Amino acid sequence: MLDDFFVRALVAGVGLAVVTGPLGCFIVWRRMAYFGDTMAHSALLGVALAFLFDINLILGVFLVAALVSIALILLQRRGALSTDALLGILSHSTLALGLVMVAFMTWVRIDLMGFLFGDILAVSRPDILVIYAGGALILGLLIWMWRPLLAATVSSELAEAEGLRPEVSRVVLMLLMACVIAIAMKIVGILLITALLIIPAATARRFAGTPEQMAVTASFLGAAAVVGGLFGSLRFDTPSGPSIVVAALAFFLLSLLYGGRLKARLTASNGSST
Amino acid sequence: MGQTAPASKTLVEARGIGLRRAGRWLVSGVDLAVKAGEIVTLIGPNGSGKSTTAKITIGIQKPDSGQVTRAKGLRIGYVPQKLTIDWTLPLTVTRLMTLTGRYSKPEVMQALEEVGIAHLAQAEVQHLSGGEFQRALLARAMIGKPDLLVLDEPVQGVDFAGEVALYNLIREIRDRTGCGILLISHDLHVVMAETDTVVCLNGHVCCRGTPESVVASPEYLQLFGSRAAETLAVYRHHHDHTHLPDGRVQRADGVILGDGHAHGDHAHCDHSHQVPLEGGADAEPLPDHTQRETQEDQTRESEAANAR
Repeated sequence: MLDDFFVRALVAGVGLAVVTGPLGCFIVWRRMAYFGDTMAHSALLGVALAFLFDINLILGVFLVAALVSIALILLQRRGALSTDALLGILSHSTLALGLVMVAFMTWVRIDLMGFLFGDILAVSRPDILVIYAGGALILGLLIWMWRPLLAATVSSELAEAEGLRPEVSRVVLMLLMACVIAIAMKIVGILLITALLIIPAATARRFAGTPEQMAVTASFLGAAAVVGGLFGSLRFDTPSGPSIVVAALAFFLLSLLYGGRLKARLTASNGSST
Repeated sequence: MGQTAPASKTLVEARGIGLRRAGRWLVSGVDLAVKAGEIVTLIGPNGSGKSTTAKITIGIQKPDSGQVTRAKGLRIGYVPQKLTIDWTLPLTVTRLMTLTGRYSKPEVMQALEEVGIAHLAQAEVQHLSGGEFQRALLARAMIGKPDLLVLDEPVQGVDFAGEVALYNLIREIRDRTGCGILLISHDLHVVMAETDTVVCLNGHVCCRGTPESVVASPEYLQLFGSRAAETLAVYRHHHDHTHLPDGRVQRADGVILGDGHAHGDHAHCDHSHQVPLEGGADAEPLPDHTQRETQEDQTRESEAANAR
């Protein structure tokens, strides 16, 4: 079954979307969209460094993304510049540094477009293994730490006062994000990873009554976007990564039209008295 | 106030705590202790370090001076001052209750019933009114059966009648569970008469004592001005009726009055409103209850106008 490149792409994409759904919810809830973008942009620096030191690509990307998030926390503590200015600096300077380094390394041929926009149709069996193993690890951690993560998202002070450790939650979320970025790079590319995190989660909001429902719905919507985008790209001969994001956008727009009405009907049929 | 057992356990004790930020002491040298079954109220103007003091006391913030001792295994329930739940987070009241711990459905419903919002169990928190949201937060803080309840401005965004009802509820919680309560208020109008100790803060402890003694102290007058003392009222509630969440009134004998209860013949008369009279237009106590309330409302209004 996995002999066909298209089937491999579908399997890999759906596997990724299942993970980006719940994680994307946290990014939306914590208003970390731009933060995720910054980490994703730094991935190219990770790619360049991985080639330079001849280490595993995914490991290189993960390490650089994690380092960038730590740098951001430390810079935020100093409090000299606003967070959005810091994010702008880190985001674009790491991307530019990566591009410059890649240009210097004339001895390796790097498919820059593949890293920037993804190359899901070139996914191999080992890639699928990495996505599913990494994805299972990320999902497992998310489920295991769900309550403290959510409590820290609602109010870190409240969580801390009642004996949870919101700082740990924050670091865990950042590491999970770095992990997702590292495994998602090949599917949708550095520039579009955040879209796969945020758009399904934002779409799911309109259909969800609890955080858990929203996370599961986001997974399904992400998977649907992957399937729709891939079939679309096959049909219209469009680039696959962007097609997936366009499909996710289509779902989002549809949710704007129908979400309100659906939810009103659901609450009415539930007979809840609000 | 008589409920406090003589040998009640000290839940938390802060000695000489201070916090320094940007070369300035936000608070310094604050001593504070809360015992089981005791209500301690922190009052002070904006920026006087009330929240900071509370946060240091419960360990959210580390003090730069002094030390805090907490009882072993102390369970804390916390209602923070600012809690805005982003619209993107779908959260029903029921789900809010299990935010920091796992509780069964009956436990959740019981906690909601105790604060009178069981009918809102399925409502989204973003749709609650100020008073309903504060009650939900109170229920959430209580559900873990905390030894110490820390309430940072629990009556914010609540109208006057709601404030009185909430303060009643807080006292009920204390009476029923015997927990200690650390209450923060900037509201000078309603300091609970049930408060055992009022600590008046302005970067340091200005004065402390029973509500009555603090109001009379010169430090308090200096801090808030004599105007504040004029309008400050300490309410004593002989709790002979309850305002139900749906707006009806239940008397102590269990009779539920319909809408539009007449103020003349109902239990408000039993509240003794201690309005300091010096400096006011009326040198004599007003015989009529409604008239007195009107006067008070006017004072509140003119205060509000002054603040603007």
